[in-house]
Amino acid sequence: MDLLEFARGPAMQWSLIILVFGIAWRLFGIIFLKRKKDLAEPRQTGVLGGAVKTIFSRSVPARAFWSRVMYSNIVGYVFHIGLAIVVFAFLPHILWFESILGFQWPALPTSVITLVAVITLASMVALLVKRLTHPVLRRISNFDDYFSWLVTIVPLLTGMMAFTHTGFGMRYETVLAIHILSVEFLFIWLPFGKLGHSFLVFLSRGTTGALFARRGART
Amino acid sequence: MNDKKKLPETLGEELSRRGMSRRSFLKFCTAVASAMALPASMAPVMAEALARARRQSVIWLSFQECTGCVESITRSYAPSIESLIFDFISLDYQHTLQAAAGHQVEEAREIAMKENWGKYLVVVDGSIPLKDDGVYSTVAGETNLQTLKHVAEGAAAIITVGTCAAFGGLPKANPNPTGAAAVQDIITDKPIINVPGCPPIPEVMTGVIANFLTFGDLPPVDHLKRPLAFFGDSIHDRCYRRTFYDQGKFAKSFDDEGARNGWCLYELGCKGPTTYNACATVKWNQGLTFPIQSGHGCIGCSEPDFWDKGSFYAPLSTGQWGSAEGIAAAAVAGAAVGIGVAAMSRAKQKKTSEQG
Repeated sequence: MDLLEFARGPAMQWSLIILVFGIAWRLFGIIFLKRKKDLAEPRQTGVLGGAVKTIFSRSVPARAFWSRVMYSNIVGYVFHIGLAIVVFAFLPHILWFESILGFQWPALPTSVITLVAVITLASMVALLVKRLTHPVLRRISNFDDYFSWLVTIVPLLTGMMAFTHTGFGMRYETVLAIHILSVEFLFIWLPFGKLGHSFLVFLSRGTTGALFARRGART
Repeated sequence: MNDKKKLPETLGEELSRRGMSRRSFLKFCTAVASAMALPASMAPVMAEALARARRQSVIWLSFQECTGCVESITRSYAPSIESLIFDFISLDYQHTLQAAAGHQVEEAREIAMKENWGKYLVVVDGSIPLKDDGVYSTVAGETNLQTLKHVAEGAAAIITVGTCAAFGGLPKANPNPTGAAAVQDIITDKPIINVPGCPPIPEVMTGVIANFLTFGDLPPVDHLKRPLAFFGDSIHDRCYRRTFYDQGKFAKSFDDEGARNGWCLYELGCKGPTTYNACATVKWNQGLTFPIQSGHGCIGCSEPDFWDKGSFYAPLSTGQWGSAEGIAAAAVAGAAVGIGVAAMSRAKQKKTSEQG
């Protein structure tokens, strides 16, 4: 079994098993946690509406914080949208999803994907620079922040190398295998580190919204 | 017999006898040199060396194979310089092509080996069964393993022809009932060059032999011992449909508009990006076409274990495992562990609050 066969076979299967296992573990673990009974009189009853509203309202920073968070927000959006386009609109990726889900969707032209990938890569570097240069951000950053950044950028970088057949001496199939393995490492890391926000973000935001609604705070 | 015509001593003599002009011969040498990525200045050197080269004794061993490789090589377009090369080499043993049969053939092989000990070339097509002492393929009462070891002992070099001899090929495909192995798995003390393919390209074979006759050595090889000149680039790198891959234009079925427009066959399972061979440049049938040009994706036949690398029609980016049952089980197990951990946490909280 060569490296590519390993990446496409057992490594892919086991990384997906760990990904699904980890996500289920964390989701159910959090959902079934005991919550302190709120003895206060609720200010309003529509907590579900508050939860849903907060999920959307917190997607845009409050005007009072604009000057301080706009850079991170805009670059963050560029990165997230860019990554989503590269992951979900590149044909080889769509074919991978199809092999699991059984259906496919239209792909974007490869030239668009390439441009988006370069922008996404640049946005990730910009976010890292901000994290390293901002005094407060630097102090509140830990290993998880940097490691999650690395685990995310490596698949992007190796994917571009594979697509453009740039191996720096490595053969294409080796680069492709490294790309697939790097994605599989991302799968394994995702449920257990800060990348878990990918499936927890709306749950936690909704919970906060419901709490705010109950207490009469702005959602 | 007295009236037996004297065989030409050198290739130069053979070419003169056949009325081949020096100009045509030089053209051939230039083509071979170019195909093998040798500098243009090597063409006259090659012509000189080939003209002086003596008849090369070749012993061709056929093991677990389908004879497709021999078909491919003997049906290279004729009349050609390739056929001259094959006339020129002294093919002392070859099951399919030899006129003699039975013990005479085996004797001829022994004589050729004795007369050219240490100098003859061994060409092998087919894999060698190792299971149960190699009983699954025997010739004249000898297992393939015994024959290979015996003949390889006095060989100057070994050329494997086809994926079976080079990597085990189809006989080695899972579950490999005969324990099929490649030549390089068995012979480790002789120079070996692999010319894989199912079948391999005839011109590659000619190139390798011409190189051996010219330089007395095998040409440079890659990590799988394949001649770099022919296996240096992937099919995808040299494919005329590559531009459609770059543009993201893919055929989605074998008869849709994309297929008719000649778009990339990646989505239909083409293994061109991970397959190294000269099909896209040297092509087949007098340089007329190759599988992708004829509308079918590359199946990766010159790569090891190509038969066991998933469906020929599954795109390269898809996984290679059987079913997703493990993933479903993981979801259930993860949920159970999550609920269990939450229950433990609740119990601990309850205990703490009772104590407090």
